Amino acid sequence: MRLEIYRYDPESGAAPRMQSYTVEIRPGMMLRDALLEVKAGDETLAFRHSCGEGVCGSDGVNVNGRNRLACITPMAELREPVQVRPLPGRPVIRDLVVDMSTFYRHYREVKPYLEHRDPLPEQEIRQSPEERARLDGLYECILCGCCSTACPSFWWNPERFRGPQALLAAWRFLADSRDQATAERLEALEGPYRLFRCHSIMNCVDACPKGLNPTAAIARIKAEMLKESI
Amino acid sequence: MALPRRRFDTLIIGAGGAGLNAALQLADSGARVAVVSKVFPTRSHTVAAQGGVNAALGNKLPDDWHWHMFDTVKGGDYLGDQDAIEFMCREAVPTVYELEHHGVPFSRFADGRIYQRPFGGMTRDFGGEQATRTCAAADRTGHAILHTLYQQNLRARTHFFDEYWAVDLLRDEEGVALGALVLCIETGEPLLVEARTTLVATGGCGQLFRTTTNAHINTGDGMAMCLRAGIPIQDLEFFQFHPTGIAGKGMLITEGARGEGGYLENKDGERLMARYAPHAKDLASRDVVSRAIAVEVREGRGCGPDGDHVLLRLDHLGERVVAERLPGIRDLCRTFLHLDPARDPIPVFPTAHYAMGGIPTDRFGRVVAPARHGPEEVVPGLYAAGECACVSVHGANRLGGNSLLDILVFGRAAGRDILAFLEANPHHRPTEEAAVERAMARLERWERKGEGESPQALRDELQRLMEDHCGVFRDRATMAEGLQRLEALRARIAEARLQDHSRVFNTARIEALELENLADLALAMVTCAHAREESRGAHSRVDFPERDDRNWMKHSLFFLEGARVDYKPVRTRPLTVESFPPKKRVY
Repeated sequence: MRLEIYRYDPESGAAPRMQSYTVEIRPGMMLRDALLEVKAGDETLAFRHSCGEGVCGSDGVNVNGRNRLACITPMAELREPVQVRPLPGRPVIRDLVVDMSTFYRHYREVKPYLEHRDPLPEQEIRQSPEERARLDGLYECILCGCCSTACPSFWWNPERFRGPQALLAAWRFLADSRDQATAERLEALEGPYRLFRCHSIMNCVDACPKGLNPTAAIARIKAEMLKESI
Repeated sequence: MALPRRRFDTLIIGAGGAGLNAALQLADSGARVAVVSKVFPTRSHTVAAQGGVNAALGNKLPDDWHWHMFDTVKGGDYLGDQDAIEFMCREAVPTVYELEHHGVPFSRFADGRIYQRPFGGMTRDFGGEQATRTCAAADRTGHAILHTLYQQNLRARTHFFDEYWAVDLLRDEEGVALGALVLCIETGEPLLVEARTTLVATGGCGQLFRTTTNAHINTGDGMAMCLRAGIPIQDLEFFQFHPTGIAGKGMLITEGARGEGGYLENKDGERLMARYAPHAKDLASRDVVSRAIAVEVREGRGCGPDGDHVLLRLDHLGERVVAERLPGIRDLCRTFLHLDPARDPIPVFPTAHYAMGGIPTDRFGRVVAPARHGPEEVVPGLYAAGECACVSVHGANRLGGNSLLDILVFGRAAGRDILAFLEANPHHRPTEEAAVERAMARLERWERKGEGESPQALRDELQRLMEDHCGVFRDRATMAEGLQRLEALRARIAEARLQDHSRVFNTARIEALELENLADLALAMVTCAHAREESRGAHSRVDFPERDDRNWMKHSLFFLEGARVDYKPVRTRPLTVESFPPKKRVY
């Protein structure tokens, strides 16, 4: 099967290009396996990867126009030639490796940690199964960046729009019955850009390899803001 | 050469659960902490832990840390140090509550308490009925914990050096740890991190094996750094094969699947564990279950066209249990096997999983090594915690749910002891330039150009060698041959060459350096396994099938220099309770 892989070596001075490789497909082969096979023959190819099972979030790439995790993308599902590019909209460091620092900064900006202000109990803070169920579909995010780098609003305003990942994280804490920073969290998302650049395009939902729904989380934040303001 | 330098109170190498929990204790106490990690912190392999973390909370059934302690001593086949085990099992309870307060999204019981599930080897009343002790966030407990710890470190403003690779530890002539030389992966430039205390928290070395539940990054870097720094590695012959890796592929299916009621079946539809562990059955300890599966397959009762695996059945548990308690493994099965475990059985086979051995430490996380006055002398300023360390709490075989516990408890303990050390040693010592040069030489070695074998191909060969010569069942002849082949392979690794000498994000260079680390650890593992003439826990010698407490109830210490093996006694005295004397181990 033919792969066309985006290549860029900042030290060579050459412009980025697409390079063709042929890989023999085995049953059950994932795109990460194919990239590893390419690398076995050409050690200059750089890409991030680690767990190989879709939990570490290292190997987000753009495959035939869609952001996916290479390790859980079956080769059998892909149209030939398979075009593999870095996640869009981020500066490329080398080949398939992009600079994710802006993405991580937005995550930090939403203060993605529990704030419980009452004195702590000696045991666990109680949470009913129903309250805990509100976190399902939120806490599973693996920070792979497939969603935010698929979002046109994030492409246009990468410095100011938080992006679907960070907003999903913001909602994960707003939705947690143990968190007591609701007002501050909502206030921090006010203004025309941080939250409201989301136009419900839903590329994030399509891109998320874990099946999460940032658009729905964003809608919940907006609803919560409205509730607070009246 | 003008090497850029940064200076911190503490350098932590590795951003998994142990490193991040230590960092959090330290940063919250006002210490200046640098965490160096070769991947972005949430990509560390703690993220892949599924089933849970053990703590005698007693949320479902009455429980006691003392029962947990007994199970851990027995599970480790009496090689664990009982002072450290007592400490860990006691600390488990406040540690889990602390995590919950930090925000870990644990699953819950109807009364709002943390959900706990049964896990292998966990009993009540010192070997009685099954305990329910393993605290879980569905089957994504490691993910939930790692992300929470990273989040809390963001709050605490820990310094992170993401995608920096640690080359070597620096020690001065007196043996005091001074920090490490690290390499920025993005720029390819070295950086000297000077620190008054250094914590090695680099995780395991499962990449020694071809079929493994471990990630690509689990190359035992910290253990190998210690070996090169003259510190021995303890008990590395004890390596756990997890009973339920996806057959032929290696992805982990949590023990929690059996904890929730799943069971193993052979080709005749028999519940095979009844034969090997009549009482605990599928929840016997992992070494027992792994050997049982291997025996079934070897004796022709394996499933599939090649009879090379057994089946894990969850289809009787019902849709709801699978959806609520095991959603992650359901995803894995759908992705990699195109099956739904709520309906179809999962093909499984024992898969390389966990190093019980590692850098020798005491229960405060301090690295201890024989220097002048005995085997347990503290290496000043040097700490280790997590899978790379050997306290030893797991002895010869780790129980499921005790690894998350280990990293959290000893990460936290190391953090506390580091604070005391920092107080007693307020000044940085001068960096030993000779040590820096030795570390730099490691990098320069890969600048050699010309013809030579590729590190990538050699890594594949090493993994096959280890699988063939140091797997579930071992014997003298196979390992002696393995040692010979390993020697030849190590000579070839010394002559290997990179073709790519670029600086920026050169992953081939990183992998070459990792290969050197793996090669040293392979030597440690096979040498110690070859020397240990008994069967204990995960170390199963066909030619010495019995445990031999008279001659072998002792820890191995492997020194890189001269590939020498030494031994030290097991600490059988707990802190406050009676010692558990060795007994025959039946489940």
